[in-house]
Order: sequence, then C-alpha cells, then structure tokens
Amino acid sequence: MSRTLAQKVWDAHVVAKSEGEPDLLYIDLHLLHEVTSPQAFDGLRLAGRKVRRPDLTIATEDHNTPTDNLLTISDPVSRTQIETLRKNCAEFGVRLHPLGDPIQGVVHVMGPQQGLTQPGMTIVCGDSHTSTHGAFGALAFGIGTSEVEHVLATQTLQQAVPKQMAVTVTGELPADVTAKDLILALITKVGTGGGRGYVVEYRGSAIEKLSMEGRMTVSNMSIEWGAKAGLIAPDETTFAWLEGRPFAPTGAQWDAAVAYWRTLPTDPGAHFDTEVHLDASSLTPFVTWGTNPGQGAPLGDVVPDPESFGTEAERAAARRAVEYMDLRPGTALRDVAVDVVFLGSCTNGRMEDLRLAASVLRGRKVAEGVRMLVVPGSAQVRAEAEEEGLHEIFTAAGAEWRFAGCSMCLGMNPDTLKPGERAASTSNRNFEGRQGKGGRTHLVSPAVAAATAVRGRLSAPADL
Amino acid sequence: MEKFSAHIGTAVPLRRSNVDTDQIIPAVFLKRVTRTGFEDGLFSAWREDPEFVLNNPAYAGATVLVAGPEFGTGSSREHAVWALLDYGFRVVISPRYGDIFRGNSLKQGLLTVELPQEAVEQLWDRVEADPAMAVEIDLVAREVRCAGLVWPFALDDFSRWRLLEGLDDIGLTLRHADSISAFETTRPSFGVVVN
Repeated sequence: MSRTLAQKVWDAHVVAKSEGEPDLLYIDLHLLHEVTSPQAFDGLRLAGRKVRRPDLTIATEDHNTPTDNLLTISDPVSRTQIETLRKNCAEFGVRLHPLGDPIQGVVHVMGPQQGLTQPGMTIVCGDSHTSTHGAFGALAFGIGTSEVEHVLATQTLQQAVPKQMAVTVTGELPADVTAKDLILALITKVGTGGGRGYVVEYRGSAIEKLSMEGRMTVSNMSIEWGAKAGLIAPDETTFAWLEGRPFAPTGAQWDAAVAYWRTLPTDPGAHFDTEVHLDASSLTPFVTWGTNPGQGAPLGDVVPDPESFGTEAERAAARRAVEYMDLRPGTALRDVAVDVVFLGSCTNGRMEDLRLAASVLRGRKVAEGVRMLVVPGSAQVRAEAEEEGLHEIFTAAGAEWRFAGCSMCLGMNPDTLKPGERAASTSNRNFEGRQGKGGRTHLVSPAVAAATAVRGRLSAPADL
Repeated sequence: MEKFSAHIGTAVPLRRSNVDTDQIIPAVFLKRVTRTGFEDGLFSAWREDPEFVLNNPAYAGATVLVAGPEFGTGSSREHAVWALLDYGFRVVISPRYGDIFRGNSLKQGLLTVELPQEAVEQLWDRVEADPAMAVEIDLVAREVRCAGLVWPFALDDFSRWRLLEGLDDIGLTLRHADSISAFETTRPSFGVVVN
C-alpha cells in the first residue's frame, strides 16, 4: 500500500499496537534541556527508575543561559535550574553539553549541526520547536514533562495515529523572499489551529529548492499552526548536509543509511487527508502585526482593520492585538518603528541566517536609537561566523555580537524587552509578553531584521 | 494521577481566543525545579489588570474555565497545566486546544473538554448572568450539563479510561517491556548512539 513519508517513519517505530489504545512508538533520540526536565528526573527518582537508554539521550543548556558571558548566571533561580540539570545528567549518566562547551547551543540548532538528526528517526524533546528536525525527514515533535519522564523511563511514547496533510508549495521563491516569509505567509493563510491533529509534509518545487537551513526554518514553525510535526522528504540536499558530521554514519554504514533514507519519501498515490497549496512565486517579505503567528501580512500592506475579519472570534482577537501592539489600523507596516532587532533563535540562528543578515548590514549602520542583538544558535555557529568574519560586520554596524542561547526568543534569561518596547524578531512567537513583559513583537525574516535595523522601521533590503 | 469521573463547580468565562501557554504561565515562572506552587504564575500578566475576569470576586472559587478557541497553543510547558490545577481549576472547556497542552492536561488529570463555539458562547452568557450557576462535567456519560442544557463531548476511550482509573502512563507502558526489548534488537546498525 502506498504510504506517506510520515507513515513510513511511524510504522518503522511501532513497538506495540493494541485495539482501542494509542500505538507505542520507539524514540530514537531524546533531547533534553534545563527547563522541562527537572520534574521528570524527580519522577524517576521517586519511582526508583533509571534512564533506559542514556545512549539515545543528550542534553544541553539553552533557555536560561546568559548571552553576554559564559561564566556567570546572575539569576539564582536560573542558576539552580542549570545546576539541577548538571546534577541529573551526572546521576543518570546522560551526556551534557553545558554552557561554555564548544557544542552547547539551542537544542534544535545543536542536534542537526552535530549530525544527530537523521532521516527516518523519531526525535522528541520537551520543547515545542522539536518540529525543526522534521526538515530531515525525521518524525520529530515536542512533548510535555510527563512525557519526558515517560521517554526517559521507557524510550517509548504512547501516540494516537495522526492524520496526514500535504502542504505543496509550487513555483519559486522570488529573490528577496526567504523560507521565513514562506512559513509566516502559510500560517496567516491557514490560522494557528489549521494543522491541529495532523502530521504535515511540506513538498513541492519551492521546498525542494530550499537549503537545509531554510527547511529547518519551515519545519520549526509547524507548531505555530498547530501541526504535530512537519516533515520534508530527505534528498541529495539532506545527504550532502549530513555527510561528515560528527554523528553521521561513515563508510559502509553511511551507504546502508543512505540506501534506507532513499526509501522514505512518500510513495506516488499515497493518501493525504488534507492538502494545502501555496504559490511561492506570489510571495513577498512577510511580517506579523498581531499577537499570534497567524496575524501577519505582506510587509507592503497596512495594519488591518479588526472589523474586516470574518468571525467575531477573529475580530475580537484582532482588536485586542492591535491594542496590545499599540498599532493603528491603516498604518503602513513600513512606517512601524522598532526599538530592538533580535537575530537568532532555533528558527533563524544558523549560519545561512547570519550570512544573509550580514550581507545586508555590510557597510551600513544600525539606526540611531535601535538596539540589535545577534545571537548565534550555537557555540559552533558563533565560531564558524567568526571564522568568516561575520562578527566584524555586525559589530561594525553597531550590533551586539553575543554568545549562543535562546536569548530574546522567550523572556527567560536576561535578554528581554522592556515594557512597551517593540522588536523585529527572527524568532517564532509574537505572543503578548513573550520577549519580556509588555514587550511587542513583530516576527520577521533575517533579511527583514537586518534592513529594519538599518532603517529603524520595518523594512526589506530593497528599501535601503 | 487522581481519578476523575465527574465534577460539579462554578465557572469562569474567559472570552478570549488563542490563549497561548505564554499567557497561561509566562516563561519567568518556568525556572523552578518543583512540580507544585505555580498558582501565582497563572495568567500573571493579565491578573495585573483589575478588570481581568479572574479578579472578579463573583467568580472566586470557580473550578471550571470556559475559554475561546485555540486554548493552550504554543510552548510545550506542562507548567501551564500545573498552574491551572494549582490555582484550583479541574476542567477547561474550549472549542479547540493546542495539541501538546491537551496531551499534557489529560496526563495530569485536568479534564479538557471540547465543545462547539455555540455551546461555549451559551455557557459564557449563562455564567455571566449568574456566576453561582453550577456546571456539571460527567466523564462517564461524556456530557456537560448546565441550567437544564446538556452538551455531549467527545473524548477517546483510552484517555477516558486512564482518567477514570487514575492510571500512570509509565506503568501502562511497562506492560510492554518485553516488546520494547525485542524492538531494540531490530534497530538499524547505522542508528545514532550518543555516548
């Protein structure tokens, strides 16, 4: 029977199947970080259980860590959480890449970069942006702390079989339009709940042409429209990216792996329960104006009139959003001035993102009164960027060149917006207060972030 | 997990959609390493507004939260569920939930009921007219009842059984310990090993 990519990965991991129960799925890789794991380790201790497969488990520190130095975590509560992870990893024999380690970084940047993320795997983490790893044709999704404990104890998860959706993106992205614009446009089209209950496969010519970094940006934001996971079929781009990475197979094992990976793409005629189409060639730089990722518009548009939306729920949400964002309907988005620009996160903190932003900032200056933070997604991204001299372009432009971490994506470490401050951010969530209490977030691509930093207002490179 | 079969309580009408988990509990409260005591974080930014519905004394002691669609979207933080439970909620009613939040809630014994938007609006109207109005959630019959009205709701048999019995997931999975060990012998040799 014809199967989708996701169905093939699923079927290859079913440990037990019983009528009236969810499937029991084997988990190939469990990523841990400091925020969602302490209570799970406590649970293991209380029940006298061990980590079943420490050899399939890896941890890093990212959410709480400072990005202005590698030594001092000034908040004692954050420090305790980091120390708790270190103690737990030592006690249970889990490999940890702590702050200061050359591999440390945002967990969803670190994993792929090390070659830990490979096609056909099942990957989970107590973090919703685990969907990122779907870019390699892995079935990857975020879980809560109870499930973290469950995977630690059993290396499996109980999962109900999801529905299948195809998102087909035809055509070619115009030159100044990126993977981030594509996914933001898609989320506005389908809404924050549009993917609920589905595992999604992104396909079509525009997806195939994306680099692995671009694919990771797309898969990363699957959760922002409610999808369980967002996969992309592995192909030559995937294999070329993986080969030679520290955890990638070598020699005959590499050949065997690639032979298997080539069997994974969706069979012709496989059934999708729902299909969505998007024409990439019609896209332009895209930004959000509201307080959920589905409230976006092309940069060339204006702040919409809340009364223009179709349902009362949407109208009420838009009214509240423009009030929180302190925006007037009808204002050109290009006239919206920002205080802060954040370049980084598991969505856009990789080399390609930094290169793109640096190409815009080269020979230019961050506008007076604007603060720009450039936060590499991992210590290794930072090192590579410095090797290429990107840090000199950023600092010459007046941006801050910082250490790796989640930083301003989520308001959990010292990098936060002050109440009332407005940011153009390459991260993934524009929720109220997400980047700091009272802060206002516009989600943008790295290119728009860099251009916005120069002009001080939401802008694309073409506006410079 | 405590057993859950039925609940009767008063309700809070939260007339908002897209109540993401960052609103339910902001990230600053996630630094703790304990599993209890998160009630202070629940809707902490919104609670600073004296007009916010949870600050209305008419709804004090309510145990059922009735919210708009896309409740619990965003982050996987189970702390959102812990905060709702610690504050005293036992049931949430909404037309649609974020997937991870829903999964977390059912594992912790916070019943998340899906009712259509029309039913949620009827509940909002009734509860606002009379905040002392009892709302009854019957998991055995899979029904919500209030002021003579009855709304059936769907919940898969397995989740319902686990809630009714108060079962521990890890214990259930370990029934399959032999199958897990057998599966492990079949994994491909090129698979990732971390250590």
